[in-house]
Amino acid sequence: MRQPTRIALATLLLAPAGFAFAADAPAIGLITKTETNPFFVKMKEGASEAAKAKGAKLLSGAGKADGDNAGQVTAMENMIAAGAKTILITPSDSKAIVPAIKKARDKGVLIIALDSPADPADATDALFATDNYKAGVLIGQYAKAALGSTPAKIITLDLFPGHPVGAQRHNGFLKGFGLAAPDAKSNELGKAAEVVCMADSFGDQAKGQTAMENCLQKSPDVTVVYTINEPAAAGAYNALKKAGKEKGVIIVSVDGGCQGIKDVGAGRIAATSQQYPLKMAAMGVDAGIEYAKSGKKPSGYTDTGVTLIAAKPVAGVDSKDVKTGTELCWGKK
Amino acid sequence: MTGKLPPLATLGPFIALLAACTFFASQSDRFLTGGNLSLVLQQVAVVGVIAIGQTLVILTAGIDLSCGMVMALGGIVMTKFAADYGLPAPLAVLCGVGVTTLFGLVNGLLVTKVKLPPFIVTLGTLNIAFAITQLYSNSQTVTDLPPSMTALGNTFGIGGTEVSWGTVLMLGLYGLAWFVLRETASGRHVYAVGNNAEATRLVGIPTQRVLLGVYVMAGLFYGIASLLSVARTGVGDPNAGQTENLDAITAVVLGGTSLFGGRGIVLGSLVGALIVGIFRNGLTLMGVSSIYQVLVTGILVILAVAADQMSRRGTR
Repeated sequence: MRQPTRIALATLLLAPAGFAFAADAPAIGLITKTETNPFFVKMKEGASEAAKAKGAKLLSGAGKADGDNAGQVTAMENMIAAGAKTILITPSDSKAIVPAIKKARDKGVLIIALDSPADPADATDALFATDNYKAGVLIGQYAKAALGSTPAKIITLDLFPGHPVGAQRHNGFLKGFGLAAPDAKSNELGKAAEVVCMADSFGDQAKGQTAMENCLQKSPDVTVVYTINEPAAAGAYNALKKAGKEKGVIIVSVDGGCQGIKDVGAGRIAATSQQYPLKMAAMGVDAGIEYAKSGKKPSGYTDTGVTLIAAKPVAGVDSKDVKTGTELCWGKK
Repeated sequence: MTGKLPPLATLGPFIALLAACTFFASQSDRFLTGGNLSLVLQQVAVVGVIAIGQTLVILTAGIDLSCGMVMALGGIVMTKFAADYGLPAPLAVLCGVGVTTLFGLVNGLLVTKVKLPPFIVTLGTLNIAFAITQLYSNSQTVTDLPPSMTALGNTFGIGGTEVSWGTVLMLGLYGLAWFVLRETASGRHVYAVGNNAEATRLVGIPTQRVLLGVYVMAGLFYGIASLLSVARTGVGDPNAGQTENLDAITAVVLGGTSLFGGRGIVLGSLVGALIVGIFRNGLTLMGVSSIYQVLVTGILVILAVAADQMSRRGTR
């Protein structure tokens, strides 16, 4: 028992010194959904670089798994205790995080949502994120144009039920494809006669492959596959290849990770909507430094941009080539 | 100490599987095709092989929470050794399986020598294996694998149906495990340790060595599962195995193996894994959301454990 007591005492004595340091360099907290998803790993790298370049101190934390709200709340409390005046967060549970955000804002902490909004969106001071509906619309338009006169038989490999990003991409895709679809605010997955099979991939390659295999059993004559992200697309391609159907089926996706862009270059994915996690993080850090200096808070929604990347451009849909996509991609190049 | 099960616990899983198949066959004409059933076997191969190792552990009244994460670590080790360091595929696979077996050994030593409860030991190694996987892979998927590494994902035709080599390997391993557990002295010792470790020790069976062997063998099976997972997805995935932990335990419990040890047949675990796979596949064919598969799995798990409890009460 003696040793821990001594450590606790030492911590207490040292703590004021730590806070003094935090007051010199503004401390900015970044809370991601998980520590392990490459998208968030990149986001953390972007934030850490931006903070280093501008003399801020970055604290980072995350939930244990996607959906771990309690873990995010704990991280937020710890960061405020450590003196963070700005916290950037990618909410795992858009509704459940709101009370903790309100408590932090009442203490004068600037809260910015990155990547996905809180629910209601005005619970945070600002939102820096991809327009996921637009990301869906772009690949929907591309798939429609690339398909031409071939009949549309669509399989959708979605995220999991109830997640706004999953619904926005799915519905945007339907809209871009020219089908009836709910609007960007809806949290329900739109259904259309042309969609022959819908399954959840959880954004995971192995689960995406299993879902695609099962859908192929139901609808072997598929012509278009929409996927929530590139790991799910890779799973879909594996399933198609095993069934000998990889030629002539158009796979579209969202993310723009380096592996995904490679898959576009190799013809496994026809087109993907690229998003920019590094930019979200860098903008968040900038806003935090500005707030520390002048007390000015950002507000509302800022679109961090989305670009359609395709190996073969189609008429009537703007897209950038694989080379551009590789320059801007996140992950291992 | 015959290890024979009361009829309800033995037959239950098979009846549930048969009922599910009959139901889905009546709902979709694509369900009962060779291609579709072969597909379900491919889909359950990874969980199925993990479940063999898990069955061994549960038969000794233990539990292994680390199985899925150890499997993921094995996959990352073998793919990185092959893709990043250019090791020949068989050697890289051997290294991966070696790491998972080592984890089994560590689990076993902590249970037998340090006398820690298996639940706590494997809860610890679950987290350790997960962290090493993420640190070693830098949370990045490993790609560009040599084709020989994914050969188990290839298929061959039997009467117009494509069957994957991974399926054959899984069925072979089940046959082997079933034979060893049923017909050999070491196999019977596993049941004996699970039934009553103290009595087993008193008749002169080295219970500690049996237990250690069980955990090492389990690690070996997780390593084979790593290879199956790599072969199936064609990549080394640091996020693999996160659901396989509980899926494997679910398969064993659905298969009628008693969580209190000493009773159960390993083939039941295959049936347990198949029940989950059949529901996922069948519901997709029907166009029903696969979340119902999760619901049904939950109900069946409770029924399986209830059946075990009732038969236990009957024998007392």
